Amino acid sequence: MSVTEVKVPAGYVPVYTKPKSLSDARFTYCPGCHHGIFTRLVAEAIDELGIQERTVGIAPVGCAVFLSDFFRCDFVQAAHGRACAVATGIKRANPDLIVFSYQGDGDLAAIGTAETVHAANRGENITVIFVNNQIYGMTGGEMAPTTLPGMRTVTTPEGRDVRTTGYPLRVSEMLAQLDGPSYITRQAVFDVRHVQMARKAIIKAFKNQIEGKGFSLVEIVAACPTNIRISPVEGNRWVAEQTLKYFPLGDLKVRD
Amino acid sequence: MKVLMRGNEATAEAAIRAGCRCYFCYPITPQGELVEYMARHLPRHGGVFLQAESEVAAINMVYGAAAAGVRTMTSSSSPGISLKMEGISYLAGARLPAVIVNVMRAGPGLGNIAPAQGDYFQATKGGGHGDYRLIVLAPSTAQEAAELVMLAFDLSDRYRVPAMILADGMLGQMMEPVELPEPIPPEKIPEKPWALTGARGRPPNVVSSFDLDPYRFREVLRALWQTYREIEKNEVRWEEYQVEDAELLLVAYGTMGRICRTVVRKARKEGLRVGLFRPITLWPFPYEPLRRLAEKIPVILTVELSAGQMWEDVRLAVEGRAKTPFYGELGGVVPTPEEILSEVKKHVRD
Repeated sequence: MSVTEVKVPAGYVPVYTKPKSLSDARFTYCPGCHHGIFTRLVAEAIDELGIQERTVGIAPVGCAVFLSDFFRCDFVQAAHGRACAVATGIKRANPDLIVFSYQGDGDLAAIGTAETVHAANRGENITVIFVNNQIYGMTGGEMAPTTLPGMRTVTTPEGRDVRTTGYPLRVSEMLAQLDGPSYITRQAVFDVRHVQMARKAIIKAFKNQIEGKGFSLVEIVAACPTNIRISPVEGNRWVAEQTLKYFPLGDLKVRD
Repeated sequence: MKVLMRGNEATAEAAIRAGCRCYFCYPITPQGELVEYMARHLPRHGGVFLQAESEVAAINMVYGAAAAGVRTMTSSSSPGISLKMEGISYLAGARLPAVIVNVMRAGPGLGNIAPAQGDYFQATKGGGHGDYRLIVLAPSTAQEAAELVMLAFDLSDRYRVPAMILADGMLGQMMEPVELPEPIPPEKIPEKPWALTGARGRPPNVVSSFDLDPYRFREVLRALWQTYREIEKNEVRWEEYQVEDAELLLVAYGTMGRICRTVVRKARKEGLRVGLFRPITLWPFPYEPLRRLAEKIPVILTVELSAGQMWEDVRLAVEGRAKTPFYGELGGVVPTPEEILSEVKKHVRD
């Protein structure tokens, strides 16, 4: 994919540039999708910690399946839900590598629940970026385990009925109960202040791995405006006003 | 020096000697000794032993370790191998070398823990989704298990195709003297420039079985099948026993192949000219050598611990050149040499 290069006019100093860890490929995310923000935050963290040359990323099945195109580091594509097991294999085979998985809520919290819980419980020294946008984006907007009660999706056309489909799964709260994990936090990126907080959390999650502290997971509550059929601006509002009621932000476990 | 070992233990020790340094497992009978042996011995060689939360997780850990460029293995038995099939398809699609051991038991379903050969189709015809093959090696003794494990790691690395050891409960459990192969020095293990080792001084490596563009993906699969054709050309292995003057040829693999050797000896004592053809690679199947024998031997009797799976490959090889009767046992029942001999007598002239 080609991109238009932006010429910096003479006398101007660029203050906001593309992270070195990102390639020139264009993101494939929809307009207003929050993925683009924290994909970038992950790249910024890799740059800031200077670990690009020893990082291996794990692309999930879902909207981030093209992740290996976006990054300038080694990458592996995992089967749906299995990223934490794949990460375990890589990290155990070569503990010098910095291994991160990047998974959606269908991937991590439905089909990959067992792999996630057990990697966390073993305290695998890996970093997990967990995108909770309450929906299956790539496949067309089906109910996720995190879908809010009453929320309409293509498989809950009358809204999620908790009597038949259960309640939104709070994975981070579950994992925080375990002895294994080092750092479990829930963040959001719907405004600048929260982007900065999420950025710090992602850096901490990678730093933990460098320091050998064990399993770190950053959950990011995100919007999928395309599939909930709202505008990008309404998407930000959706997260702030609806989603956070069910998924309050903050650190759930910090072991120092 | 020979050591008295179970097939499962010989398999494990050979894997360590082949340079396997990451082993991921989930307990299941009748391959328990393999897991136990690895738990005791692999860490002493600086390797990683990890008991996963499921067979699904174990095979995906293998996927990760293989992507990182390490010789890696998992083992299980039939129901567990079914669970691994998703991961095996991904290994095949991503061109990752790995060794998978299936110590077969009787199925379908939970079945039982007695020896069987009902996973032949699953092992040789795909098993998981998509257009792929595994290199499938079928030992008939603990000694051969040790040798084939070494070969499995070599072939898997050379062709970047996952390899399966297709054993069974009898072979896994039985103790016999084994002359263990010499360990492979680490420097003899091929370099893996495609592995994920960190993009230091080189462009990033990507391990993936994913491509949305059908025309591009077609080229990926054509290259994969080109490799399979090379394997078919170079790596077919089989054993012939007393075939020169045979009037009836037994075709059997693994434990059944071993029992049929005894059948040949008993038959010969009674003056019956019986020989044995024992495929060692089940994929690639030895079609050509079997076809050549079918030109001159009128009866080719396939014997399996199944309702007849390899039998289909035998008939594909023979293509009507000879009669191709079948004798099999089901449910974990292992026939005695005498039972097979009486089956032989139905088909051979006195």
